[in-house]
Amino acid sequence: MSLSKVKHIVLVLSGKGGVGKSSVTTQLALSLSLAGHSVGVLDVDLTGPSIPRMFGIEEAKVTQAPGGWLPITVHEADASAGIGSLRVMSLGFLLPRRGDAVVWRGPKKTAMVRQFLSDVFWDELDYLLIDTPPGTSDEHISLAETLLQKARPDQLAGAVVVTTPQAVATADVRKELNFCTKTGIRVLGVIENMSGFVCPNCSECTNIFMSGGGEVMAKDFNVRFLGRIPIDPQFLVLIETGRSPRYPEGTSVNGQDISSAADAHTDSNETRDSALLVQKYKSCSLAPIFSAISATVVADAAAAT
Amino acid sequence: MAPSLEAPEPVEDVLANPLKQKPQLVAPEPEHCPGPESQQAGTADSCAGCPNQAICASAPKGPDPDLPLITARLAGVKHKILVLSGKGGVGKSTLTSQLAQALATNPDTTVGVMDTDICGPSIPKMLGVEAETIHVSSSGWSPVWAADNLAVMSIQFMLPNRDDAIIWRGPKKNGLIKQFLKDVEWGELDFLLVDTPPGTSDEHLSVNTFLKESRIEGAVVVTTPQEVSLLDVRKEIDFCRKAGIRILGLVENMSLFVCPKCTHATEIFQATTGGGRALADEMGIPFLGAVPLDPRLGMACDFGESFFDSFPDSPACVALKGVVRGLAGQMGLDPDEVVPVG
Repeated sequence: MSLSKVKHIVLVLSGKGGVGKSSVTTQLALSLSLAGHSVGVLDVDLTGPSIPRMFGIEEAKVTQAPGGWLPITVHEADASAGIGSLRVMSLGFLLPRRGDAVVWRGPKKTAMVRQFLSDVFWDELDYLLIDTPPGTSDEHISLAETLLQKARPDQLAGAVVVTTPQAVATADVRKELNFCTKTGIRVLGVIENMSGFVCPNCSECTNIFMSGGGEVMAKDFNVRFLGRIPIDPQFLVLIETGRSPRYPEGTSVNGQDISSAADAHTDSNETRDSALLVQKYKSCSLAPIFSAISATVVADAAAAT
Repeated sequence: MAPSLEAPEPVEDVLANPLKQKPQLVAPEPEHCPGPESQQAGTADSCAGCPNQAICASAPKGPDPDLPLITARLAGVKHKILVLSGKGGVGKSTLTSQLAQALATNPDTTVGVMDTDICGPSIPKMLGVEAETIHVSSSGWSPVWAADNLAVMSIQFMLPNRDDAIIWRGPKKNGLIKQFLKDVEWGELDFLLVDTPPGTSDEHLSVNTFLKESRIEGAVVVTTPQEVSLLDVRKEIDFCRKAGIRILGLVENMSLFVCPKCTHATEIFQATTGGGRALADEMGIPFLGAVPLDPRLGMACDFGESFFDSFPDSPACVALKGVVRGLAGQMGLDPDEVVPVG
């Protein structure tokens, strides 16, 4: 079993699509890596893999080794900077062309999920984050079955459930929490994503998708609320173009001034080089929020073992 | 054998009668299973040694005997339209519910909405009929009527508790979709809108198979402007091409956000690669319009109100009306008749 060297497995789940499972997975991975942990990301969204795009490694191809696949390295560990290594595996790497549709029925998806869990050569990993497709169907059943059977109980730390604040989304995510209860997967906590948007022009915060829905849901289900994440267009720009986040003068998050100094960034490193992503992410307004969330997850995972 | 986590029939009455053509298997389908319903079932190379081999081999083959029943049931439906997107949360259900409400503004038009998102049904909430249940009569299941001329069908109506999770694998979902088409008394409908879950999997294949004979008018594909989303939507368009579904057009949702305080327009989801319009050009499909982000639209959906009644002058509403008119044009209908002006 290729998971034997993995210390903690964390699932990222949501009943609803497009709430930011993949962006949360990406940011959790980056902040865990910034905290010095070695991290692996497994993308089991078979029909819509987003993780390769998120890390800017769409062109990468998986290497086949005897008996399994080698994951793609986003960046190596850098002990002097206190950054852990980051490796990724996704179905996106196995497709001949990026626009190809993967039209698979359940049994084939199940087989692929099992193969992803057993045939990827993860090295020593502190954390394996598993990004999932929306819903509570084939992929999730297979994932839960395989993990509950094959992973050691101390390995499976639990699930981070992502939602957006509006009722339409929480209605579906409530189903996902019930799925976790039924299958016996521990819920590490709920993240409320896309909670508020700060206008870059006038700094007025608008709750586009309302606010607070995730917190209420966490309370209803008696699970921990990990935090509220605002929409930051600069993070999207970072992912899409590789440009370092820049904020106008006077922008502050939780009382901390994060506006960029005018001379801080030159255009020399503004490429979509995946190795630099983790460095650039440090200057994103969301980085401190995720750093706190990942610290909670780390503490919780350590307590579970 | 591995313990199964599938819920043991949470909605017993839903699937009271098992699917006729699906053989009862004694073991789970193996990895390279050609599918128990396929032509090669029981005879393919990978079937050798499978405990199901004899069962599959003796199961009835050929076209599904229920297909003519579905075609007969849907004979009174004039236009069947799918709403698709490879990506989740881009607004498929929002668009479906708003399209339905826009079409239903014409009192002479009868509209049906079928929600095939089994694991995350949103349509009942958006149309304000979440608490309803369906009625079963000798002639079939009656859909829930959200308005005088707007019928809705969703799995949400069959759940004993609102938050129950439907932990189903593919074949069971297919069975339910078939029942929605075969057993629901849709009656005479001008439009049947089919809302789908994200992806390109069981639900999409089934809807296409079951509706092929009764002819699908086409599909509306929804996207958001950023490349992460376009990437998945490209796959969905590829799927439509492979499945032979005509694409009526592409709608870009959540394009711009206008700050309510300073009216500054921000591209929250930046279209770094040209957004929906560029994708439509690249794929050679019609672009039906861009709908801006409006917090009031989200709120209208949360409370199940009609956005068209509450905020008829908002930019999002104007854009949605443009989409409906464009859609009508693509189907060869007169836009003024479909959505009367004024």
